[in-house]
Amino acid sequence: MTTITTFRPRTGRTTELVLLLFAIGIVLLAHVNVGLAVNDEIPPNLRLTAALLIVFTVGLHLVLRWRAKYADPLLLPIATLLNGLGLVMILRLDYAAGRDVGSLVASRQLLWSALGIALAAGVIILLRDHRLLRRYTYIAMVVGFLLLLLPMLPVIGHEENGSRLWIRIAGFSFQPGEIAKIVLTVFFAGYLVATRDALSLVGRRFLGLQLPRGRDLGPLLAAWGLSVLILVAQRDLGSSLLFFGLFVAMLYVATERVSWIIIGLSLFCAGAFVAWRLFPHVQTRVQLWLDPFDPSASSDQVAKGLMGMGHGGLFGTGLGEGFPHLTYFANSDYIFASFAEELGLIGIFAMLMLYALLVERGLRTAIGSREGFGKLLATGLAFSIGLQIFVVVGGLTRVIPLTGLTTPFLSAGGSSLIANWIIVALLMRISDHARRPVAERVTDDPELDTSTHAGVAR
Amino acid sequence: MSELTLNIIRLGILALLWAFVFSVVGALRGDLYGTRVLTRSTPGRAERAPGRAPRSVRRGPHSLAVVAGSLRGTTVPLNEGGLLIGRNPECSLVLTDDYASGRHLRLYLGPDGQWYADDLDSTNGTFINNQRIGTGHRLEVGTQIRIGQTILELQR
Repeated sequence: MTTITTFRPRTGRTTELVLLLFAIGIVLLAHVNVGLAVNDEIPPNLRLTAALLIVFTVGLHLVLRWRAKYADPLLLPIATLLNGLGLVMILRLDYAAGRDVGSLVASRQLLWSALGIALAAGVIILLRDHRLLRRYTYIAMVVGFLLLLLPMLPVIGHEENGSRLWIRIAGFSFQPGEIAKIVLTVFFAGYLVATRDALSLVGRRFLGLQLPRGRDLGPLLAAWGLSVLILVAQRDLGSSLLFFGLFVAMLYVATERVSWIIIGLSLFCAGAFVAWRLFPHVQTRVQLWLDPFDPSASSDQVAKGLMGMGHGGLFGTGLGEGFPHLTYFANSDYIFASFAEELGLIGIFAMLMLYALLVERGLRTAIGSREGFGKLLATGLAFSIGLQIFVVVGGLTRVIPLTGLTTPFLSAGGSSLIANWIIVALLMRISDHARRPVAERVTDDPELDTSTHAGVAR
Repeated sequence: MSELTLNIIRLGILALLWAFVFSVVGALRGDLYGTRVLTRSTPGRAERAPGRAPRSVRRGPHSLAVVAGSLRGTTVPLNEGGLLIGRNPECSLVLTDDYASGRHLRLYLGPDGQWYADDLDSTNGTFINNQRIGTGHRLEVGTQIRIGQTILELQR
């Protein structure tokens, strides 16, 4: 017979600070490298970048010491390193494009990073217990769907490069889908905690699979319909795949039934196949995926990306010495290919490891969490980062057709950066709750306790 | 800037990136924090332990048994530290009863060598002789304690 006891964990805050300074050191070295390679001088804005990075990230570290002492110590350094490397690469591509100091994409990205980190600190200070979010399950559903549909509205919706994903108000453009990703994860977690018993226990067995009842298929069909709607109306294969994949993964984690994955995947394949037959923009993507070097192809983006990555080889050309700017969207959709060219296979694998570790920390948080809602929320948030990386890197290495998703923390673009810092803040909040010794719990409100039934909580 | 310096910096960045990855993994290695699984002490060892305990403990109850409910037949040895009963995985006796709270009931040895029960503000209550108990209720061997559909009893 075994028993599970908790013991007082180390908070790990000092480890966090050391790793954080290490990460900032790497970013600053990369920054110096870009300046030396491109302009033959130490970059003039080095001090400003260093000061902003240190003030904001160490500020977030202090907020964690104050409000979430037991939060996972590895999330902040990893996120900081990825964000900083993204900043350096965007600056390097600014130099290549010959932008002057006033119109650098990198300075805007630096401001967005500062805003993202400040929002993360705000989430940690204001949200004392992530289970409060469960009260807004259905509000989250409505808000999430509205955010997804916003870009389709006539006046504020805005189309760029064939995808209708942006809204533009008073000169600022924003991608509401990034925030919708978080809000919908909250909804999925709240909904599945309440219904997972019905979804996992009821139904007939057929060929070794537990098949759900017809009426329990409703939510899955609704999520599928929404993702197909995004595919058709906004022409964005990436977000469509992301939302549906997220829902199916969370459904599987909540119910432990493989049948949901099989049903979900076949639904998605059927939808994708029909979309491919019906819509020319999907056909273009598939054509580019199957034969990127076709001289009559409509775009040579995939081909240029592949050539760039090939040029980088094992060790890379070195920051500032390759030609990543020859590819379109080198600082957003294709930023990962830019890194592959300049840091080489060795560098790119280190970055993939950082993402793997980030996702691992999220899933570890889910395992450590004692109640169902936190488990599902942490799983969903971590899985969405992992799936996004798969879709992006898979797209540019020709594993799947290329889609326009952002690379978390790296891509130029404010909405994505803000959304990812909020995701990290939520993971920190959940992990703080999961690791905090029982004696120090802030709330012991039985209403908030969702570990009522077996299932995930086991 | 000389080619050599740039090459050193370039390789230095790659080395530092991997050094960072390895230090993160190193920090994570000692990090199986949160919960840990232990082998529960066997009743035999628990009986040897009370040799140092006051006389009354040796004469008093030795174990807590579940006499009704889904865990019927389970026994948990009593020791001086007392024990916690509830649905929370860190309790000494983890109930699988929907009417039990996370931390439901605490048993402890009073200064007079008798066992006492504290209801820890459970939602559905703890009952002895169909009376809902509060804190500091004295227990005798054979007293039946009801939590939802589970009935517990102190045994010698």
